[in-house]
Amino acid sequence: MQFMLLFSRQGKLRLQKWYVPLSDKEKKKITRELVQTVLARKPKMCSFLEWRDLKVVYKRYASLYFCCAIENQDNELITLEIIHRYVELLDKYFGSVCELDIIFNFEKAYFILDEFLLGGEAQDTSKKNVLKAIEQADLLQENRPRQFFFLSAQLTTEKPL
Amino acid sequence: MSDVVEKTLSALPSLLSLDSQAGAGKLSPSSKLGNLIKGITELTSKHEEERLIKKELESIKEQVASPNTTMRQMKEIMVRAIYCEMLGYQASFSYIHAIKLAQQGSVLEKRVGYLAVSLFLNETDEFLLLLVNTVLKDLQSTNLIEVCMALTVVSQMFPKDMIPAILPVVEEKLTHPKEIIRRKAVLALYKFYLIAPNQVQHIHSKFRKALCDKDPGVMTASLHIYLQLIKENPESYKDLTGSMVTILRQVVGGKLPLDFNYHSVPAPWLQIQLLRILAYLGKEDQGTSEMMYDVLEESLRRAEMNHNITYAILFECVKTIYTVHPKSQLLEKAAECIGNFVLSPKINLKYLGLKALTYVVQQDANLALPHQMTIIECLDHSDVIIKRETLELLFRITNAQNVTVIVEKMLEFLRLTYNVWFIQTMNSVFSLGGDVMQPDIPNNFLRLLAEGVDNVEDRQLRLFAVDSYVSLLQGETAKLPQRFLQVISWVLGEYSYLREEESDPGSVMRLLARLLDQRHTSTETRSWVLGAMTKLCSSPVYSGSLNTVLRQKAQELMILSQDTKLRARVLPAEDSSLSFLDGYVSEALAAGAAPYKSPHQRQEDLVQEKALSLEPYGLSLPVSLSSCSITDRRSPTLLSMSSGLSGNSTELSHQEGSTTLKLEGVKRVWGKDGYLAQQQSAGETPTPLVELPSPLLSPQSPPSQTQKPSSGLEPDQEKRQLASSLFVGLGSHNSVCLVRFPSTVWLFIKHCQSANQSNVVKALFKPLPLLLPVPLTVSTGDYGKMWLSFSHDLKQNLQLVTTEHQEPLTATLDALKGKLHLHVVDIIGSEGIVACRLLQGPGQGQPCLLHCRVHADSLAVWLRSPVPELPDSLLYHCQKALTET
Repeated sequence: MQFMLLFSRQGKLRLQKWYVPLSDKEKKKITRELVQTVLARKPKMCSFLEWRDLKVVYKRYASLYFCCAIENQDNELITLEIIHRYVELLDKYFGSVCELDIIFNFEKAYFILDEFLLGGEAQDTSKKNVLKAIEQADLLQENRPRQFFFLSAQLTTEKPL
Repeated sequence: MSDVVEKTLSALPSLLSLDSQAGAGKLSPSSKLGNLIKGITELTSKHEEERLIKKELESIKEQVASPNTTMRQMKEIMVRAIYCEMLGYQASFSYIHAIKLAQQGSVLEKRVGYLAVSLFLNETDEFLLLLVNTVLKDLQSTNLIEVCMALTVVSQMFPKDMIPAILPVVEEKLTHPKEIIRRKAVLALYKFYLIAPNQVQHIHSKFRKALCDKDPGVMTASLHIYLQLIKENPESYKDLTGSMVTILRQVVGGKLPLDFNYHSVPAPWLQIQLLRILAYLGKEDQGTSEMMYDVLEESLRRAEMNHNITYAILFECVKTIYTVHPKSQLLEKAAECIGNFVLSPKINLKYLGLKALTYVVQQDANLALPHQMTIIECLDHSDVIIKRETLELLFRITNAQNVTVIVEKMLEFLRLTYNVWFIQTMNSVFSLGGDVMQPDIPNNFLRLLAEGVDNVEDRQLRLFAVDSYVSLLQGETAKLPQRFLQVISWVLGEYSYLREEESDPGSVMRLLARLLDQRHTSTETRSWVLGAMTKLCSSPVYSGSLNTVLRQKAQELMILSQDTKLRARVLPAEDSSLSFLDGYVSEALAAGAAPYKSPHQRQEDLVQEKALSLEPYGLSLPVSLSSCSITDRRSPTLLSMSSGLSGNSTELSHQEGSTTLKLEGVKRVWGKDGYLAQQQSAGETPTPLVELPSPLLSPQSPPSQTQKPSSGLEPDQEKRQLASSLFVGLGSHNSVCLVRFPSTVWLFIKHCQSANQSNVVKALFKPLPLLLPVPLTVSTGDYGKMWLSFSHDLKQNLQLVTTEHQEPLTATLDALKGKLHLHVVDIIGSEGIVACRLLQGPGQGQPCLLHCRVHADSLAVWLRSPVPELPDSLLYHCQKALTET
């Protein structure tokens, strides 16, 4: 995987993880163009894009778009499942995750991602293992962030559009 | 693992007490980050956001620089800095503090420090050198979490040159008692291998150990390295085939712990990884391939649940089966599996089905045949991605027979999807291809621009063309080929009005005028330019030229520009009714002239009166021809008024009558489908099939009963027709003769620029079939009927083709038949009749008839069609076809 982006329906970036070295300028350009392209796609269209030299796999969960760029020989469907597994992990960690959880605790979302994908490859696909590692790293002192807002848009309970 | 961690943690009481004091890390909207985020969401403009972030960054800058800031505060600050960076604002001053946090913070703070570093910095960043010692220290830490963090950051980014500094420690971790550490170490080594393969060459044996690790997670991680190694050099790893097959068999058989299941499918990631490895190992190697047939078949069989993840495995499996040495039984199963993808209602699966088909048709083009109709549907899919993949598939099955249709589809796609790209490409095509291009390339291009309904998309395309040409003309124009300048002039003349709102119309005029003044501009181009200027209606005088054409155009332009009334009359919005002649006509009528009759009307009158035809030659057929459907072999050419036959129409019609069955009053009992039983007897008296001798076949009546224009075809039928033209040539041969030509088009579509452009250009546009006639098989009798009912005609002399063995007429018609797919209905003496209809374009499905007669050294051709443009365009193609022979 080359990078992963999370952005909202309004095009606001919520998380970005780059597994290939790119300059800031390039990253910004790619992000801007890709967000635009993905947001312009209609709900019934397929989740894959051929974009520049890359294959882009995206999926929408409630108000959030999860978007991965993969290499040409990579398997698109399994990438969709990587996204799904990541959402499941977030969901389990935050307890019915919603966009606000990710906005206010984005560093946690990063930690979970790092535990799940390492250097762009799925390192541990077992939900239990990933969360165990995260929780141990979180240590005992950290009160788990509780939801402060109404749980308006839960990511997993709502079917992807 | 938790016990170890807890022990580690209990060894760090200070850390715990520090954090538990204030409930650090609990982020709530009341925290600073929370306030920042809330503040931003309340803003309405980008400008306000900028101001707020700027203020925030200043306060962060102040805080990080202060010696009183604790590491705990620093952690919180760093999170805010990450947030600002994510919004697109640079916080480079905080980078060094991120490194400091990773160096000096407690475990939790360190984690944020490492995260900030991995988000802020690049592999090439010099700051990273400051991190090497910290990483080394953490790798050797007794705290598992610190080791994990260090391995994570190392796998994310590490300066290439510093790898030797930490490599021994990372290697050591391969034998760590904890599997999580071993796994991360393997992935770190994988990363090292990717960025600096030679530095990890000596530890290949350790990779093997990792492959045999008792923990499946570590083993899976090692496969990343092996996939890479085997991809680069499959020969050296053939001995691993057995192991890989065994592992896959175990995984598929559900021998792994349940932890590795994903939605009750055993370790799908691992399965896919193994299938990819097997594909590399078995490629072009029968012996190795034979080892894996069984397990591949089992994979196919086991993946039966209807879930994305099983489809992911199936897709990979199909790919592997078609990559390794083929086994027919497996191939069959895989092909069946592709069918499930293609026919799936889920769009993602359909896409992958097309992709799989694209992959497999390279081996056997016939595999596309069962999915013809799906492919045709996908060709019109609203999703561009699906469309594109379908074209890719079509490209793979292109052969000599279907090339024109496929290329046309590709170009259509181009025009629809890549407006901007299309114009730009054509610009470079014109600039580079220049004057060596065939003349019909610019023509086709202009046609493409001018055609189509006047919708927003078309207007955008035109406007973009105009804009790009204006900017081209503003630059250096001396090097532009003449043909391109002509195209530019035409487009500017036609469509400059589209941009008028945004700029003054004079600017285009000035640019055109500049072209006129240039020495390089050829006279032909000048006349194009003047044509454009005329359309733009301004008045630069260019009447001093010695070239008569130029002078003529300039004069016209000058006069027109001075006399606005005249201009309005000469260049009005198109007036097909010729209303400006009304005055003249009424005068003439008053003076006793006969009212105007259309050629068609005249002909009818002629026939009705049984008068002599005054046509020098031709097909003003007597009415009796309408009975030809029964008399069959009577060709209209027989009746043409040429040579000695003129005036014999009455006689002939009599002849006709005598050979015709009298059907008047005869009850029709036999129809096309057999006996016409009840309906007929119950119904009214059957209308006589033909009425003799009059009245005429009325112009409104259908041209013929047997031949219906295909415009009335059901959409489904159209699709079938398309399918037959797309898939022609498949099935009949086992190997497909691939044509070089569409690959260039496809290359064009995929990559904008290509090295050998002028060649590509030639290949790209040569057979662009804007007019695509197909043979129209009619009998001579039907031909005659149709001939009478068509109102648009055109006459022209064409050159004859002369060969040694054939008569000139036969040779010429054969040439036309071969080149344009016309149907030669009949040849009698020095005359021949030909029919075709159009498959595409305006007037789709409409017939066009040709009557050819040898006249001295040329072929006098008379074309007729119900569509006004058709004879003209067909004639053009005939001319072209004949000149080429």
